[in-house]
Amino acid sequence: MNFNRYQRQTILKDFGPEAQQKLKDSSILVIGAGGLGIPALLYLNAMGVGTLGIVEQDIIEITNLQRQVLYTEKDLGRSKIEVVLERLNAQNSNTQFKTFDTFLTRHNALEVISQFDVIVDGSDNFPTRYLINDACVILKKPFVSGAIQGFEGQLSVFNYQGGPTYRCLFPNMPQQAEIPNCNENGVLGVIPGIVGNLQALEAVKIVTGIGEVLNGKLLLFNGLNQSYQAITFSLQPENLMLKKLHKSYGAELCGATAGISVEEIEEKLSEGKALQIIDVRTEVEFENFSLPQVKAVNIPLDELKGRTKELDFQSPIYLLCQSGKRSEMGVRMLEEINNKLELYNIIGGVDRFLAHHK
Amino acid sequence: MTILLFGVTKDIIGSSTLSMPSSSEFGVKKSKTVKELKEYLGKMYPELKKLSSLAVAVNNSYANDDTIIDNFDEIALIPPVSGG
Repeated sequence: MNFNRYQRQTILKDFGPEAQQKLKDSSILVIGAGGLGIPALLYLNAMGVGTLGIVEQDIIEITNLQRQVLYTEKDLGRSKIEVVLERLNAQNSNTQFKTFDTFLTRHNALEVISQFDVIVDGSDNFPTRYLINDACVILKKPFVSGAIQGFEGQLSVFNYQGGPTYRCLFPNMPQQAEIPNCNENGVLGVIPGIVGNLQALEAVKIVTGIGEVLNGKLLLFNGLNQSYQAITFSLQPENLMLKKLHKSYGAELCGATAGISVEEIEEKLSEGKALQIIDVRTEVEFENFSLPQVKAVNIPLDELKGRTKELDFQSPIYLLCQSGKRSEMGVRMLEEINNKLELYNIIGGVDRFLAHHK
Repeated sequence: MTILLFGVTKDIIGSSTLSMPSSSEFGVKKSKTVKELKEYLGKMYPELKKLSSLAVAVNNSYANDDTIIDNFDEIALIPPVSGG
């Protein structure tokens, strides 16, 4: 290792070459290369973490650029994992990268997480957050949780050395109706930058042993008045008893329902097959842009339950939205109404179609 | 007592803090525990009742439903947030 590269931190009395070596020997998994994951990845990579894992399956969209500062206008439509790997490789060629071009699901979570020492949760939905918690509890891995909304952030280290878990703070996953959906969830661009950097700092403290780890404390950050408030909480021992993942982590979890790729859809269409494709985006989104090659019927997600009479239950139903998240929820909704339907979520949605034709 | 509001509770109540009158003025029943405070707030702001996973802190410590609240305590309502 070229210690000169890290000289500005190895000259620190409380860090030194010893901590640098520990960083090099460590492996850290960052779940989600979005608003939180990007700053965390950039600093962990710059500082000399030996092995970095990245889980991500999204495509870069224009609405990402206000906070996901690694991506440029030229990257629109490309896969995040590909661009991240390219940039991080250029930033530090000594790092070993393990990329997972997938969403975290209950089928792959244990296998992926087991390969790393510390997990950084930069995901953007509750089902994934609860899945990460449960998988980390089962595998006894500490995880650094960051979450943001609006002008605020939350930060904590869970499951560290037998300490409290995410479920000790928020025992049950919020119901769908309580969660602001992807149309409504706003955030000021710089907020995830701050919280993601704090996550990187906690991950570094865990693997090097410097300082005090933020476990048993929830840090609440309010960007509007620059206040940081720490709430202490304790372990509920039953939350460590978990031996298996739950059977389901709810509607929002990508990859949990039957998915179909854009390529498969296009192949079917090119064979002249008439497909029942339901676009669950809002009317405005549908009018603004719909794919010429896909003859879709627009039924917005919030009207889907009331308009099932318009669907042909005898043939397969393919649900489409912008990124694949709302259509995933749509599949879940229809499943609840009738569990005999042949339902498919078009993975990656309109964005993936566009990327495919670039 | 002062109640600090975070996440969606701020949107529901419409401000970032809420000052509560002292317990003797709480109406018919005195609000003394976290559970009673939640019920009282739920009546005033029905949207709050929809939050199944709302953490309450009293003086910067996580509180259970039966934690006793004093007039001078600082309360925080903390819903989980999921954004990334």
